[in-house]
Amino acid sequence: MSAVGISNVAKYYGRLAALADVSLTIQDGEFFGLLGPSGGGKTTLLRSIAGFVEPDRGEITIAGKTVSNIPINKRDIGMMFQNYALFPHLTVAENIGFGLSVRHRPKSEIAERVRHLLELVRLSGFEARKPKQMSGGQQQRIALARALSTNPKVLLLDEPLGALDKKLREEMQFELKQIQREVGITTVFVTHDQEEALTLSDRIAIMNKGGVEQIGSPREIYERPRTAFAASFLGTANFFEGVVSGRSDGLTRIELPDGQAIFTTDEAPAGAKVTAAVRPEKLLAGPPRPEAPQGRINTIQGRVTAEVFTGNSVTYKVDAGDRTVTVFVQNRTDERFGPNQAIALTWEAFHTILVAA
Amino acid sequence: MTSSARRLRAILGLSGPTALWLVVTVALPLAAMLVFSFLTVVPMGGREAAFTLKHYTDFFTRPLYLTNAWRSVRLGLEVTFFCALVGYPAAYVLARTIKGRWREALLLLVVLPFWSNSLVRTFSWTMVLNDNGLLARAVHGVLPFAPSFDLLYTYPAIVIGLMQAYLPYMILTCYISLQAIDDSLSEAAYSLGASRFDVFRRVILPLSLPGLVAGSILIFVPVLGAFMEPRILGGQQAIMLGTLIESQFTASFNWPLGAALGFIMLVIVLLIMGLFYPVLKKHISVD
Repeated sequence: MSAVGISNVAKYYGRLAALADVSLTIQDGEFFGLLGPSGGGKTTLLRSIAGFVEPDRGEITIAGKTVSNIPINKRDIGMMFQNYALFPHLTVAENIGFGLSVRHRPKSEIAERVRHLLELVRLSGFEARKPKQMSGGQQQRIALARALSTNPKVLLLDEPLGALDKKLREEMQFELKQIQREVGITTVFVTHDQEEALTLSDRIAIMNKGGVEQIGSPREIYERPRTAFAASFLGTANFFEGVVSGRSDGLTRIELPDGQAIFTTDEAPAGAKVTAAVRPEKLLAGPPRPEAPQGRINTIQGRVTAEVFTGNSVTYKVDAGDRTVTVFVQNRTDERFGPNQAIALTWEAFHTILVAA
Repeated sequence: MTSSARRLRAILGLSGPTALWLVVTVALPLAAMLVFSFLTVVPMGGREAAFTLKHYTDFFTRPLYLTNAWRSVRLGLEVTFFCALVGYPAAYVLARTIKGRWREALLLLVVLPFWSNSLVRTFSWTMVLNDNGLLARAVHGVLPFAPSFDLLYTYPAIVIGLMQAYLPYMILTCYISLQAIDDSLSEAAYSLGASRFDVFRRVILPLSLPGLVAGSILIFVPVLGAFMEPRILGGQQAIMLGTLIESQFTASFNWPLGAALGFIMLVIVLLIMGLFYPVLKKHISVD
């Protein structure tokens, strides 16, 4: 059974569509990421599931039941806010026990649950502290414990790690995923950070302009982006625009405007204008090759315009005809390319992915 | 020069003028009054003054003073209570429901009374409250057979006049603490299953308590010593601690007694604050 179902959900602010007929299904126990730029609709979707936003159209189900007419406080959700929203006047224990306390559970049960949750987030002994006496990372873990306190059907996280510094964020990513596994709770989270989406999610929905561009596992979306937006929002991509000039031996030939040609294993009708995406790390840089591209290997010629050393790899900007191509070269050998040096870029034809513009 | 010496100089330089001002305008006159309160007469115009505790003992032995002190405390509590009753909901709506321009416009209306002369405002109430006043006419316009009533020169008239004068303080202090409460806090409470009432009682009210307390202090203290509103609107009901003190200075020219009554009032204020302090400390501290 699906844990969360979204079907044809739309929300308009004036004439602006924050959500334009979004449909997706989130499986039981899944860690599902909503990734997109600000204004993409991901937060509106999360807040619609929570009940803070009332969609104009469509249906949302939680555990198979329509929640459209169910108020927030009866939806049985756990939500973690970007700024954590811990109650400043209550202690850590009172914060975590809040949900059970408003449900009038016996004091002993609340104390036991708080103790268990503090153990889960590794903050035992901090019961009597106030949130302000805790560090950012600790506050985040208390917020998580509070969101889990009522055993909700779904856990909603709004930019869960956005307020933490880089090092802490990496630590918490790992911990958050571990806790989610341990509890086995269906989790939906919003992020604009691609790395966060890649590391945390079982599946990702890429959202843009109120719609879903693509849904899939991080690897699926990264290796086979369906749209130019998905290709460039998750990872980096080089785009080649051209016209299909034929197909043979399982390869589609794309004529570029500058006369060079590249090949892809994807299919497209002859004469079609297409956009092809190639990831920078799939390209190999080497000395120029005068011969024409052969078989399943693509080759284009260019000149280095810039070089950025990032430690484990080197990023080159290469001027290839009427476009600039980005190449990541593993820092494995002493081979380096200086500015204005002529080089050839080669890659496998199946790494050329046709995407919708 | 060492950095600590420079720091000291900076502190003295920045706070010095204010400290001097407070000494000249508050500490010195108060000290003079404290001395007067232990004298038989004001040592002016060549009169011989002697030390006495009579003014203070009078307060505790003559029922006139004790009764009126109690009346003033009661008045202070009632005015504060009604200001909270009316002002808190108004501040709540302003801070948490109304947004943008309307909020600014309404806030302006709240502080509008500060722009007019308080004496004129108080006198204008006499025209509203008397038996043929605007209030009586309005009520009779709606309920023609209602018995005629005359609020002027009654205790409720004093309460109404003082409420009108001090309500903005309550609205503003409550507004400030209410609008500082992040919306995500109430959203978090809802997401945890809290009802509207739970959210108010467990989140909004405790977090806005500092505003409520600040407003109450700002109102209770001056109302305790109020004399203008009781005089103008109170008639036979006008005698309060404040009016007693005032008449010692203006009518009876018994400054020592007036000063003694003033210090007794100060002690009453401090006692009441001390009484509430443990409760307040528990609820207000956030750290």
